Amino acid sequence: MIAERWINGTVIAGILAVLAYAILADEPFTITLLTRVTILALAAVGLNIALGIGGLVSLGHAAFFGLGGYAMGILASHAQTFTPLDLGLFTLPGTKSMPVIWLVAVIISALAAWIIGLLSLRTTGVYFIMITLAFGQMFFYFSISWSAYGGEDGLSIYVRNGFPGVNTLVPAQFFAVCFVALCLALVLFHRLQASPFGLALNAARQVPERVETVGLNPMRLKLVAFIISGAITGLAGALFADLNRFVSPTMFSWQLSGELIVLIIIGGVGRLMGPVIGACLFVALEHWLGGLTDFWHIWLGVILLVIVLFARGGLIGLLTGKEGAHV
Amino acid sequence: MSEPVLATHGLCKRFGALSATDNVSIDLQPGEIHAVIGPNGAGKSTLIAQICGGLRPDAGRVELLGRDVSQLNTKARAQQGLGRTFQISALAMEDTVLENAILGAIGAAGRPWRFWRPVLKDTDLRERAMAALERVDLTEHAGKRTADLSHGQRRQLEVAVALTLSPKVFVMDEPMAGLGAEGSKQMTSFLDGLRREAPILLVEHDMDAVFALADRITVLVYGRVIATGSVKDIRQSAAVKEAYLGESA
Ligand SMILES: Nc1ncnc2c1ncn2[C@@H]1O[C@H](COP(=O)(O)OP(=O)(O)O)[C@@H](O)[C@H]1O
Ligand SMILES: [Mg+2]
Repeated sequence: MIAERWINGTVIAGILAVLAYAILADEPFTITLLTRVTILALAAVGLNIALGIGGLVSLGHAAFFGLGGYAMGILASHAQTFTPLDLGLFTLPGTKSMPVIWLVAVIISALAAWIIGLLSLRTTGVYFIMITLAFGQMFFYFSISWSAYGGEDGLSIYVRNGFPGVNTLVPAQFFAVCFVALCLALVLFHRLQASPFGLALNAARQVPERVETVGLNPMRLKLVAFIISGAITGLAGALFADLNRFVSPTMFSWQLSGELIVLIIIGGVGRLMGPVIGACLFVALEHWLGGLTDFWHIWLGVILLVIVLFARGGLIGLLTGKEGAHV
Repeated sequence: MSEPVLATHGLCKRFGALSATDNVSIDLQPGEIHAVIGPNGAGKSTLIAQICGGLRPDAGRVELLGRDVSQLNTKARAQQGLGRTFQISALAMEDTVLENAILGAIGAAGRPWRFWRPVLKDTDLRERAMAALERVDLTEHAGKRTADLSHGQRRQLEVAVALTLSPKVFVMDEPMAGLGAEGSKQMTSFLDGLRREAPILLVEHDMDAVFALADRITVLVYGRVIATGSVKDIRQSAAVKEAYLGESA
């Protein structure tokens, strides 16, 4: 069996190899696909903290993805029309600066995760899934009816936002920005999983009553995990909007929440690189099969089914021969 | 008698028509092992759940170290010094034995909000956990997955996690359950020494262990206390014989 370290290294090397090929062969579209992989993986790394370590099956993570996207869309649209953003008590100028947009995206999605988490974490199991789904749908319908920012049609941003010292209009450079963000999130996931918090959260998933009897609050642990998780997925949403230079209510759709869960299950729940492997496979299928048939999701479904039935640890579990993320 | 370390006053708990705890008042004195015995379904685990905070009584109150803790949740009672073991092991099965013990150490330190440093490299937590594992003879199994432990070893780990908390009171729900003769003997001698650190409220089915360890015994039948007294008193009590010992011995 293959050590997980080797798999992780191979995945990263593989992504960079495809990038090198795309640059040499001058295929910007391939770089765009890779960027899509990277951003979806980032969103799923966020979800993996809640789902993989904390056991929180959130079917509402599109809420954070969409909030990040709209944070970008709203700030950039005000900047491109030179109209300040009127917040009632005061006005804010729009901005085309990625770091500022990211900060706003992270703060807004963390706040949303805090509120959604506080309300949803009273429940467990199917009820938790349904409540998070309901929150996601609330944002979805709100964005559809929010005509000031395009309603159903969404918002177009004409020029990609800027990052100091980087020409984000060059696909490879924008990819690099996203890739660094993904790597930082992976480092965070890795450290978090091995930290005292990670150990306690992991135990709160398995035996909450035990966590209480050692004097810790399992709900609070899960809430903090949910907030961190939502913030990372929100950041991914801001990047996704910048990749497409377009934001629309589909970023809030429950299908997206479902896809993020599917990515993680395919790659390996609670595994560091699970979301990345899942995202690679997902985008590859979407691209190759999507070109052949409109029903490519069926094949994704088949893969998911096989994995759920025969390889509970996802592809990483299959390759390492270890079902669990731990030990 | 001195001030009890732990006491319940008139605890009552009903599940529908069933009275699982019926006006139970018991106490635990410093340095003693107070055993609670009774047939299956007598309400022993239900009583423990009310003492530890997992279950709210319909009436009555719980005092820990002279303080009314009835309104506190499980977490807060643990922080006040209540160390509990479960009848059915409640351990993180996917984690290693050491990680389970470290969870206790994190709880004892009261600081789970550290997100960056690897927990296994934290020497304080690790030493506290290893010390507890050593006391229950699990040192050599520290790296094992908990799911791979034998039943008896899980019972030992259950006790070790409570030890990491250095509690002021132990509340143990059938620590000998399923241990076998040899395991029960070892656990008995271990608990005998443990009473010097903190008194133990011991729910147990194993009569040899109870008679060997207990300073006092309370007999629970249908949620009600039918007798409390020394080992000798209980052995001789006709009511107890009829209600309980008669049918099992
Ligand atoms: N959550 C519950 N809901 C309904 N009945 C319960 C519940 N918990 C325990 N009981 C019932 O209460 C009685 C006491 O159970 P328990 O405290 O587990 O007994 P013991 O630990 O002495 O064997 C049993 O009849 C049991 O079926
Ligand atoms: Mg019981």
